[in-house]
Amino acid sequence: MTAALLIEQLLNGVQFGLMLFLMAAGLTLVFGVMGLINLAHGSLYMVGAFACAAVANFTGSFWIGLGASLAAAAAAGAIIEIVVIRRLYNRDHLDQVLATFALILIFSEGTRWVFGSFPLFLDVPELLSGPVSLPFGVQYSIYRLAIIVIGCLVALGLYLLITKTRLGIRIRAGESDRAMIAALGIDIRTLYTIVFALGAGLAGLAGALVGAIQSVQVGMGEPVLILAFVVIVIGGIGSIKGSLFGSLLVGLVDTMGRFLLPSFFKLFMDPSQATSVGSALASMLIYILMALVLVVKPKGLFSANA
Amino acid sequence: MLNVSRETILNCLLALTLLVVPFIALSLDEPFYVTLATRVAIYALAGVGLNLALGLGGLISFGHAAFFGIGGYAVGILASHALNYEPHFSSPFELEGTTQMLILWLVAMIVSGLAALIIGLFSLRTSGVYFIMITLAFAQMIYYFAISWPAYGGEDGLSIYVRNGFPGVNTLIPINFFLITFGVLMSALFLVATLRNSRFGAALQAARQNEDRLSAVGIKPFNIRLATFVISAMITGLAGALFADLNRFVSPNMLSWHTSGEIMVFVILGGVGRLFGPVAGAALFILFEFIFGGLTEHWMFFLGLVLLAVVLFARGGLIGSLAGKVRYD
Amino acid sequence: MGKMNFVKAGLMGLSLCVAGTAMAEPVKVGMITTLSGGGSGLGVDVRDGFMLAVKQAGNKDLSVVIEDDARKPSLAVQIADKMIQSEKVDILTGIIWSNLAMAVVPSAVAQGKIYISPNAGPSKLAGKGCHPNYFNASFQNDNLPEAMGAYASENGFKNSFIIAPNYPAGKDVLNGYKRFYKGKLSAEVYTKLGQKDYAAEIAQIRASGADSVFIFLPGGMGIAFMKQYAQSGVDIPVLGPAFSFDQGILQAVGASALGVKNTSHWNKDLDFAANKKFVASFQAEYGRLPSLYAVQGFDTASLILSAMAKADVKDTEAFRAELKKIDIASPRGPLKFGNNQHLIQTIYVREVIKEGDIYTNKTNGVAIKDHQDAYAVDCKM
Repeated sequence: MTAALLIEQLLNGVQFGLMLFLMAAGLTLVFGVMGLINLAHGSLYMVGAFACAAVANFTGSFWIGLGASLAAAAAAGAIIEIVVIRRLYNRDHLDQVLATFALILIFSEGTRWVFGSFPLFLDVPELLSGPVSLPFGVQYSIYRLAIIVIGCLVALGLYLLITKTRLGIRIRAGESDRAMIAALGIDIRTLYTIVFALGAGLAGLAGALVGAIQSVQVGMGEPVLILAFVVIVIGGIGSIKGSLFGSLLVGLVDTMGRFLLPSFFKLFMDPSQATSVGSALASMLIYILMALVLVVKPKGLFSANA
Repeated sequence: MLNVSRETILNCLLALTLLVVPFIALSLDEPFYVTLATRVAIYALAGVGLNLALGLGGLISFGHAAFFGIGGYAVGILASHALNYEPHFSSPFELEGTTQMLILWLVAMIVSGLAALIIGLFSLRTSGVYFIMITLAFAQMIYYFAISWPAYGGEDGLSIYVRNGFPGVNTLIPINFFLITFGVLMSALFLVATLRNSRFGAALQAARQNEDRLSAVGIKPFNIRLATFVISAMITGLAGALFADLNRFVSPNMLSWHTSGEIMVFVILGGVGRLFGPVAGAALFILFEFIFGGLTEHWMFFLGLVLLAVVLFARGGLIGSLAGKVRYD
Repeated sequence: MGKMNFVKAGLMGLSLCVAGTAMAEPVKVGMITTLSGGGSGLGVDVRDGFMLAVKQAGNKDLSVVIEDDARKPSLAVQIADKMIQSEKVDILTGIIWSNLAMAVVPSAVAQGKIYISPNAGPSKLAGKGCHPNYFNASFQNDNLPEAMGAYASENGFKNSFIIAPNYPAGKDVLNGYKRFYKGKLSAEVYTKLGQKDYAAEIAQIRASGADSVFIFLPGGMGIAFMKQYAQSGVDIPVLGPAFSFDQGILQAVGASALGVKNTSHWNKDLDFAANKKFVASFQAEYGRLPSLYAVQGFDTASLILSAMAKADVKDTEAFRAELKKIDIASPRGPLKFGNNQHLIQTIYVREVIKEGDIYTNKTNGVAIKDHQDAYAVDCKM
């Protein structure tokens, strides 16, 4: 194993983690502020990817498509918040799970109705395509580097938003005491809609970014959604810092597991058996990680209420 | 008092309808409806299991597909060994497979119960949304394991070429198999009704409503919950075992998180915490799938709308809207 | 577009149902295929190819009922029960996925129904599990990778990096490749089924020093892999079976797939009169190019039509004998059934090209002529 390979794999882990962070940030924010568990977050990811692919194919520009993905997912988020989600804040988690499960069915079948069953085409923009040479002989995809940069920028932006702006102060107030901010005369309904749309927009952005290197198709949001849940549970639900840390941890553990476990088992098993067992274990690894974290810290690593 | 009796009447009507429909179908030479009714009974049984944890215990498990699938795989694995005449292992003693339903059920229940014991020990340390997520995570873990483990078919699943046997009954005849599942469903409902009215049931509800009071009388809420979770999983595992025999096939699909969602949907459509809620819910679900699935390939879209409407506007589910007041809240 | 076709096919099926019952010796076909959810593009193509042949034949004695299995084995079993018990169909067909086929086929053929596979070809049904009522009109799962293994060896590839999802079909495919490939393996990697990010695997490929990469990543997995591979700057040639490079999926992969060599038992430029006619009529009917799945659907329907012209479907033995003759003009050229009722057919090497705005394949040559699957010897038939 060369240093270049190891560095490339670390970069992959970080990139995967930051992508998860875009998803997890919205989820954890919505849970922290409104106490809502939203399974339909993966659908917003899908909406973003479809909006980006459709607009990019129509206009010929990836960048307009990327803008459209943010706008479409945020708008879709705002609409479902006003029509459905708003009625769920005072319900128990069971109702929230079921209503948002219903939303998944509606979004998935609705998208299939409009766009058909075939995957849509969305390619990486010319500007970011191809590899770049990094130190230590590492070759790395420019686009993946760009995702890392965008992920870092979003993390920084969220930090500034929450610590330095009025909106952020209200969000923090909402996290610690919901009754209080209403007493302060803040229009809580608008605040909730904004927070939800913000989370939705980030999910849509993630969908569009990932759609360009993966595939834009119905159901693409569900595996990511489950991973994002693993992330926020590990990080502590409601904590942005926790979700950033959890994302990076999950990203690195998953990438390194896939890469190292099969070779590890080859040390004492025959090769084909080892790849098989190694990959099976690698696919379960992050769930095992999550169970272990919860054994030690039942409320996650950075619990917001701690 | 009136409400209770109305629900009881409704329950009897439901059970009677489920029992009679297959016989009418048979007399009209439409044996397919017998299979459909069998599916209702099996889904209902899976729901009865979840309803015990969810409706009575307040434990929102988003991972009951794990037990459904484990029950199914227990049957699939034992039966495939028996049909291939390969013992599971030959040392220190030889263990043969079997095709006897009664033994298979027992094994399916024990294995899913054990799985629930382990999962419960971990996940019941958490509560609320953490509990939902960790049960989901455990189910996913088992799902990926089933897909990638080649010995029993992996993603391809495992076929049971001949339906397993039941003493004195030809299970290959659809109506016989229906009657077996119906009998199992009624026994499970009877068990849950008995549990609910026992000291155990009272303790369970106390654990849900006021933990401190329960601890004060010297009962550990954790133990009560764990026991409930295990029994609930055993019932759902038994449903999985029957499902395997209905389809003569098991696959990782039974373990997927969509299955967990669907079992939850049966419970909610019928009415959470209602004894016969899962029966009503499963019947509604199958009817819906059968009617709309024939009309449009986008029937899931409409299922979503209906489910959303039920959650938002008809919280008691079908039983709730027909029999009135919520009994357990 | 998809919706219109569905309505059209539905109406067609419906009208055929009604018309079919009036005549003597009607044949009723039940088609269980994937029309919703992941991978529904394949089912749509099989259905459209099938219905095209039915429409062209205009045989009023043939009726077709179509149902969507949503790629769920339990649903497929349920539909099969319904079609056998309630609709009383004579022939079943349509299943795309091997795992669904394994759930449905053994019990359907045991109940005396004829099943003709328009896509899935699991090894269990080709070898010891072969059955007189089971016909495969598509391919055995190992065929295309075997052909690619042969091609790789003949073209001087000596160090292959091979990769597939960690599930039975993935292992079958890699074993098929290894069966005919004579060089050494740089690595054999199994990924999680449904995985969409291949950065970790591509890094390993980059470091491996292999001279070829053989992939079997059906559906969205292949789209994702090819796009990321193109972005990574790794330029080791990619080889694979046709599934990730066929007509339905290529538009989503885009330029990333250009130049990839893949093996297929059909291509739209094969020089047969029946093929030219098929491609033109499919395009006229549905407004898109056909895929290999559409061809398989088309041939399945043609087989049924040819057999029902000569034998009564109620006389199973005579009907099977007619099916076995394959008296059809297939777009694939001449076809023959082996002892296990799987096809002996020629497998070609194709290359992904761009024609105008459309990504498609051109045929480069023959990979293996008249190829039979490896399991036929185990079939006692």
